[in-house]
Amino acid sequence: MKLEDKKRVLREMVLARRFEERCYQAYIERKIGGFLHLYPGQEACCQGVLEAARPGHDYVITGYRDHVHAIKCGADPKAVMAELYGKETGSSKGRGGSMHIFDVKNHFMGGYALVGGPFPLAAGIAKAIQLKGGDEISICFLGDAANNQGTFHETLNMAAVYKLPVLFVCENNQYGIGTAIDRSTAVVDQFKRVCGYEIQASQCDGQDFDVVYEHAKKAVAYVRNGNGPYFLELMTYRYRGHSMSDSRGYRTREEEELWKQRDPIFILRDRLIDAGAMTLDEFHALEKDTDHYIENEVIKFAEESPEPNVADLEKYVLA
Amino acid sequence: MAEIMYWEALQRAHDEEMARDPLVICMGEDIGVAGGTYKATKGLFEKYGPLRVMDTPISENSYTGLGIGASFLGVRPIIEIMSVNFAWLAMDQMFNSAAKVRYMSGGQLTAPVVFRSPGGSAHQLGAQHSARMEKVFMGIAGLRVVTPSNPKQAYGLLKSAVRSDDPVFINEHELMYNMKGEVPEGEYFHPLEGSEITRPGTDITLFGYNISVHWCLKAAEILASQYNISAEVVDLYALSPLDRAGIKKSVSKTHRAVIAEEDEAPCGVGSEVMAIINEECFFDLDAAPVRVHSALVPQPYNHKLELAAIPDHEDVVNAVLKLFGKA
Ligand SMILES: Cc1ncc(C[n+]2csc(CCOP(=O)(O)OP(=O)(O)O)c2C)c(N)n1
Ligand SMILES: [Mg+2]
Repeated sequence: MKLEDKKRVLREMVLARRFEERCYQAYIERKIGGFLHLYPGQEACCQGVLEAARPGHDYVITGYRDHVHAIKCGADPKAVMAELYGKETGSSKGRGGSMHIFDVKNHFMGGYALVGGPFPLAAGIAKAIQLKGGDEISICFLGDAANNQGTFHETLNMAAVYKLPVLFVCENNQYGIGTAIDRSTAVVDQFKRVCGYEIQASQCDGQDFDVVYEHAKKAVAYVRNGNGPYFLELMTYRYRGHSMSDSRGYRTREEEELWKQRDPIFILRDRLIDAGAMTLDEFHALEKDTDHYIENEVIKFAEESPEPNVADLEKYVLA
Repeated sequence: MAEIMYWEALQRAHDEEMARDPLVICMGEDIGVAGGTYKATKGLFEKYGPLRVMDTPISENSYTGLGIGASFLGVRPIIEIMSVNFAWLAMDQMFNSAAKVRYMSGGQLTAPVVFRSPGGSAHQLGAQHSARMEKVFMGIAGLRVVTPSNPKQAYGLLKSAVRSDDPVFINEHELMYNMKGEVPEGEYFHPLEGSEITRPGTDITLFGYNISVHWCLKAAEILASQYNISAEVVDLYALSPLDRAGIKKSVSKTHRAVIAEEDEAPCGVGSEVMAIINEECFFDLDAAPVRVHSALVPQPYNHKLELAAIPDHEDVVNAVLKLFGKA
């Protein structure tokens, strides 16, 4: 990957981080309601995998922690923020909310709130690709704890039997809400659980963009070349609580600090600085520009957009 | 009597039953080390340990089945399902195993298991986290369904459910865990069947359950003070079986009925109560009964749309006024 491209990736990761931090603030200000699951700490996962794929062309589906994946697929951050504000201009017209970002035009097939729900949907999308003969692949991003849902095992089996073009990406942040993975899951390394289904699987560091990118390139090529499903496990960490009402009493501040020392944005930034592609000042300017964009375009758009019309309550229920 | 919160009432019932009987256990997601999403199991992990306070994986159908299997041998699991929206995933085991095993084994086996789960719309949680599903549970033979409207019922119904030899589904509400109310200091067992007249009246019966009891009470207050209408409020804390005799008794007295539910109308509590009125006391009616219910839509995220979708006490007042030809 060219250094210029890596600089773009860094920019996107900074946008992802600041976007989410701004959501946090907007939630405190009660501009955003419902459940809000934020992504800081895990940025290299989404970036690394989708840089290796073709966002906007390949189909992507995920759970409720979905803003950043949608934006990476091509959703306008303004429409995503407007959705969180419940506005008619939102990506789901204010009907979905944070957990249900959709941008079908960009092949972002949605955020779903039921843990494990997207597994079979991803396989179904892959089935449609197979039937139609396209060169897209289906990519499913879910967490570690979701793998204890029956749909995970049932879907892996079907994906292998039907040789479906689907890439399962497990963002293993080692917690399902407040339950640490080793308290809910007998086999902590998720890629090992896949062996029984004759599915290719690997695991790598999810904090280092370059590492994720290299692994994802192989995985994507494998699936795109018609070899069937692939399972990629990325070891990562979410900095914030599971959603907003989480005081993180189930883990130590030391553990959090340890992970923050391997921050995905800093890892890539320092690598670019070491390569002479960027200065620290440039990075700070990038952060400032990003904040400026979020405040003056994204938030402004969400604030100024109209709410849905109450008379339209029953619109979109049936075709 | 002491005032405690709904979640504290549940926690106390868990604790007392677990202290009494070593075969009472509790299971669910995040109920142990994390203390429970709604704190209903707070402190129990520390007190009773991991063998009896089981943090489960996100495997609703299978941990529910595991609890049901354990109940075959006399264990009494209290299974918390974090939200009724997730209970959809466990319905196979609840309905096909727990509810039917007694009948299909000719009475040899029974599943004395308690399922607790909150439903309801709770501030913009969106389409997949706002379901009300009592209508689904109450249509299943072999399953008891109760739904506490206050801390006393929450405590007393859970106590009775644990002691019951039948599977019991306790339908709670996301918004009610911090509600305060009086709970007897001593042990108290609320009956799993019947209904309760929460406010006596003579002109009309307002049927509610769980959160809608509170809309009915508020509506009755307004009807009395502003419109001189005396409304009787009946709390249908037992949804299966429904209290046919109680429904009949009240409607035979007041000759009018409104049924309020947060759920959508089709195949719901309102339809069922109307059918019972029809069957039991049709000729006592002075007017056709009316249902107050939510719009038939997946719950919208936008707050205004959400409020438009869900009824409240004002809708109850309006329904009554309309029924009396005053609106
Ligand atoms: C079927 C179902 N059960 C339970 C929940 C509640 N819940 C939401 S997220 C979550 C934890 C999921 O953890 P993981 O899959 O590791 O994803 P992460 O949030 O860590 O990204 C749980 C239990 C749910 N939404 N759906
Ligand atoms: Mg996780």
